[in-house]
Amino acid sequence: MIPAAFEYARAGSAEEAVALVREHGEDAKFLAGGMSLIPLMKLRLATPSVLVDVGRVRDLSYVRTDGDHVAIGALTRHRDLETSDVLAKECAVLQAVAAQVGDNQVRHRGTIGGSVAHGDPASDLPAALLALDATFTVQGGNGTRSIPAAEFFRGFLETALEPDELLTEIRVPKAGPSGFGFEKFNRRAQDWAIVGAVAANVGGATRVALVNMGPTPLRAQGVEEALAQGASVADAAERAAEGTEPPQDLNASPEFREHLARVLVRRALEAC
Amino acid sequence: MQVAMNVNGAAQRHDVEPRTLLVQYLREACGLTGTKVGCDTSSCGACTILVDGESVKSCTMFAAQADGADVTTIEGLAIGDELHPVQQAFHEHHALQCGYCTAGMVMATVSLLDEIPNPSERDVRLGLEGNLCRCTGYHNIVQAVLAAAEATGRAR
Repeated sequence: MIPAAFEYARAGSAEEAVALVREHGEDAKFLAGGMSLIPLMKLRLATPSVLVDVGRVRDLSYVRTDGDHVAIGALTRHRDLETSDVLAKECAVLQAVAAQVGDNQVRHRGTIGGSVAHGDPASDLPAALLALDATFTVQGGNGTRSIPAAEFFRGFLETALEPDELLTEIRVPKAGPSGFGFEKFNRRAQDWAIVGAVAANVGGATRVALVNMGPTPLRAQGVEEALAQGASVADAAERAAEGTEPPQDLNASPEFREHLARVLVRRALEAC
Repeated sequence: MQVAMNVNGAAQRHDVEPRTLLVQYLREACGLTGTKVGCDTSSCGACTILVDGESVKSCTMFAAQADGADVTTIEGLAIGDELHPVQQAFHEHHALQCGYCTAGMVMATVSLLDEIPNPSERDVRLGLEGNLCRCTGYHNIVQAVLAAAEATGRAR
């Protein structure tokens, strides 16, 4: 399968990338690792007229501590998250989730920023970042701004990013080397999760987010509320499907997804 | 546009359309047909090659993205008549049935053993998750990978 024709431009810096996209207008798209965009283009579900390749903007690939946060460059590959000593020590939940994205080949190319900007509710990292209350730094024609994860995912494959805005950095609180659980239910490694659940202890509270239980990644608010009120893990997990809108597809009915959410949240909490 | 890369130690330079996929470039422009297209949707791993030493699915990468890279395909592993230890192990353990997934399996294994030189059976099964064998010949493939790890370890 061959994508529709497009023009290709390679950016050497975030500024250059934003300038190129602004020059070419709304039909231009950023290309990072391409693990989400290229399949869409091959299926002709996406037909950008210009691709601005940011894959070589090396200074956007890093994981470093910054006060009580960890700052991650948007072009950091899943493989680099998986093997990051900083993450192992400071935010192991993100490392564990990155290590289960796709397969080795996908993790060698795919980036955390690409995954977030694509905004697929069935992706693992967006849900993990939502659980962590991550902040996204984006750069556009009018400078930079920060967007909290809770305001970033707007709808199915829809984010708060303007067409000319490039995600440059992801900031997460230091959640430590343990105290988390990640459960993903799927058929094959490279499939999207049918349902996934991330639980993490951050600053004394347990946060829980769900993968593929609605048009965006979702926080399991009922579960968090129950835990805060002292409910047992088993009782809190019973509230996992509250407020969700699970999709119906070939893999599962909404009812089955609700059941999965309750079971996977319980397991994730038990691992915390 | 023009792309240039080092493929199996030889410099390649061609004029291509930006939408040219890397697998297409290798097979059609470079004439290296050892790399196979299987599912064409980055699920099966048949098109796995190494870009700068790491396994990638060449059906889901543009040739333009590999401009300037070091690329290794299945044709680049053997030295003359001497098979690469992973190829030798696949041969000895009969790690193939129809053979269509083999080039991708071998390339994924080379990358895996570079990252985990002494893998457990679980490491191998997890590490090759991105490669499907429609003949379901996984048992011998796993045995071959473990044997290749041992052979490479001995060689070191």
